[in-house]
Amino acid sequence: MERVPVLKIGDILLVSIQIDMEDQVALQLQEDLADRIVATGCHGVIIDISALDIVDSFVGRTLATIASISRVLDAETVVVGMRPAVAITLVELGLSLPGIRTALNVELGMALLAQHRDLAFFHDDDEDDADEAVVTAS
Amino acid sequence: MTTGDDLAAMERLTVRSDQDVVRVRQLVRTLAVSVKLSLVDQTKLVTAASELARNTLVYGGGGTVEAGRVDNGRRSGIRIVFADQGPGIPDLDLALTDGYTTGGGLGLGLSGARRLVDEFDIDTVVGQGTTISVTKWCR
Repeated sequence: MERVPVLKIGDILLVSIQIDMEDQVALQLQEDLADRIVATGCHGVIIDISALDIVDSFVGRTLATIASISRVLDAETVVVGMRPAVAITLVELGLSLPGIRTALNVELGMALLAQHRDLAFFHDDDEDDADEAVVTAS
Repeated sequence: MTTGDDLAAMERLTVRSDQDVVRVRQLVRTLAVSVKLSLVDQTKLVTAASELARNTLVYGGGGTVEAGRVDNGRRSGIRIVFADQGPGIPDLDLALTDGYTTGGGLGLGLSGARRLVDEFDIDTVVGQGTTISVTKWCR
């Protein structure tokens, strides 16, 4: 069975799905990611699906489950690179992926995670000034 | 619906495993490209085929998929027929409702697949099996 590699880059785990996954491969990825989050202590997961020409309900559900598992393990998941035709099909299928953060590409996904991390770090501040928090953190 | 359409030779695949579902997707993708379906329609058809092939495997206990080019004189398209000798569907209306599932899934496979194609025919007999035929026409 093929396996989808999970790469660690700083505080982020990066997964780029490049194959037409069998259902078992998707489930294996779910387990691998949970293990890697715990082993590395990473706080962000980026799943790049730009190479996928379809996302059916099984893969959609797996992505949602990965996002939930990550959150429980103190990591945020961002799905990036969805093709326009895939987005149209997913919504028509009835799957709007609630609870999943998305970004258009890996770069924007990383920016989103960095922003999320900074906001979480300064969560206790009475002054809820996001800009100031970002400046202080850098 | 089916009558009057000119059906070219159908390619046939057996669905017995996850891998076969991937093969169905690949066959349907190749056919969809060959009749020049638009990119969005290709995506919709392959997604519908993936849902229905998985149903054939999970609920029907495996079966066959036949797919081929179809012509009705005005347009061409792709027809795919999924057949299993599984338990059949006792309540079809319920099975076609969004969110209804007996298999622990999202319950979007059957109802969602129907929305993604132009024609959707289902023939099911409890205890004997289910046959689903879908067609997507070029615009």
